[in-house]
Amino acid sequence: MRNAFADEILKLALADERIVVLSGDIGNRLFDKFKAAMPERFHNCGVAEANMISLAAGLASSGLRPVCYTITPFVTTRCLEQIKLDVCYHEMPVTIVGTGSGLSYAALGSTHHSFEDIAIMRTLPGMRVLAPADAPELRELLRATFEQSSPTYLRIGKKGEPILTEGRPFHPNRWQLLREGRDATILSCGIILEEALDAAEFLSKSGIHAAVWNCASVKPLDVEALSSFSPAPVFTVEEHSILGGFGSAVAEFISSRFSPPRVHRLGIPDEFLHDTGEQHESRIHCGIDSAGIVKAVTAALR
Amino acid sequence: MSDGFQKTGLSGGSKLLEPVEAERAEKISREIRYRLIRLSHDAKSAHLAGALSCVDLLVALYWHVLKIDPANPKASDRDRLVFSKGHAVSALYAVLARRGFFSEESLARYNQPCAGLPEQPCPGLTPGVEWATGSLGHGLGVGLGIARASEIQKNPHATVVIMSDGECQEGSVWEAAMLAPKLKTGPLTVLVDFNGWQATGRSREIMQLEPLAEKWSAFGWEACEIDGHSIPDIVAALEAPRDGRPRAIIAHTIKGKGASFIEDDNNWHYRSPTAPEVEVAAKELQISQ
Repeated sequence: MRNAFADEILKLALADERIVVLSGDIGNRLFDKFKAAMPERFHNCGVAEANMISLAAGLASSGLRPVCYTITPFVTTRCLEQIKLDVCYHEMPVTIVGTGSGLSYAALGSTHHSFEDIAIMRTLPGMRVLAPADAPELRELLRATFEQSSPTYLRIGKKGEPILTEGRPFHPNRWQLLREGRDATILSCGIILEEALDAAEFLSKSGIHAAVWNCASVKPLDVEALSSFSPAPVFTVEEHSILGGFGSAVAEFISSRFSPPRVHRLGIPDEFLHDTGEQHESRIHCGIDSAGIVKAVTAALR
Repeated sequence: MSDGFQKTGLSGGSKLLEPVEAERAEKISREIRYRLIRLSHDAKSAHLAGALSCVDLLVALYWHVLKIDPANPKASDRDRLVFSKGHAVSALYAVLARRGFFSEESLARYNQPCAGLPEQPCPGLTPGVEWATGSLGHGLGVGLGIARASEIQKNPHATVVIMSDGECQEGSVWEAAMLAPKLKTGPLTVLVDFNGWQATGRSREIMQLEPLAEKWSAFGWEACEIDGHSIPDIVAALEAPRDGRPRAIIAHTIKGKGASFIEDDNNWHYRSPTAPEVEVAAKELQISQ
């Protein structure tokens, strides 16, 4: 996914001279082509993320379109006040890209986990919060970002995520229905999509038919999709805390309008993860691997 | 000046104000100080002393240095002032009103509800206010971005950031300071209003702030120390020829400058003056009413 980001931002910047890439000393070799083609529009801002965000806001105030890129916790919570005040309060069209989000760097421990970024970013007025499921969707979202002017937070994975959305009709603020089903509605946010699809496949073998939606746009929510659901239980799945994230956003919306369906939020429990292994083991630990989703759906429908 | 310091000049010739210009600027400063004291009384607003300390810096900038047009505050080639010590924005408002960015009647509505001149700046609300600050340590990074944009876009203009001495305790200031010499930018200047106090004590006693000019030099800046109440010295320091480095001017000032009962008394970080105190200030500032 990060390679797709580097490739797509290169293409976009070649055609749009407003684009400036700021990196927080990350992406070794990733931006070599960009740096060679447009050295005046790439800055390694060093290990100093707060300043990177303020700098981006200053660039944006003069009409440029900066993109800030580093590992998710360092480009979100570490520099939160700069994002809140310099970017969002001033409505600056800055794009913040958090790589290795959620459990992508699970084995590196809590320093590299980001389970609270969606929760925090979506409370900032004007901030769009997007979590693509795979590289093709990331490319689409990135392209769409420069056609509008709100601050944008893009939460991406690392590398090797399976391609699941290619060829699907894309709209930046719309969710994609990838699988129909009347017994349950699974809403998947971001790179966890493969687990949601596997769970639905497994459930179908035991006669439970779950719809699966790919929901990259957390803010704005796809209100049209949300309003179209059957009364069947809704399951949100994300590599993020069950508190405040995508699931909470869905629950807030549904609770203010409908009852049922009941919303079951699956994500990282309200705890730090200690020594849980790689991404997949961590998903298992949190019950958001396909088997965990199957278990939750089965238990809720029992 | 709050206490002794070694004045250090910049190399090369400097612009000097004619005596008549200096006298006029000094008079404008006194009148603006009196206006601020009245505003603080009328609006019952805090941070008067920190506003008074930076008046001469602003007068030097707005009358003798910055290329700005009050009738066209968004002109793309204007010089940019990022006023990073947002708590003292009343000083900027008073200067902008006097310079014609908005009316004196508007200024009189300072700190009133929905009047466009809030106690701390707000984005896009007040003509001439480039950036909404109030949380310290943001202005320099933003100013660096603006100065870098001027280079990328080949839009030559100057960028000046006014900060407080207490603000120099924020880590983000030094992140920006360390990056600035490595970026090719339009001319970038930091003016530190070194009035010696922060909210609850002497800034040099709370953290190891000094030697401050040497800190900026060590970070790759051209640094100097001046009397922040001498408008000719401020203009000379701002206009001295540049050697390519960003410039830090440590302006030694007196917190509360202009009224003897406010000067160097940190109670005035929060207090606002009574009507009799406003009268005393008028006399001291030689304001004829």
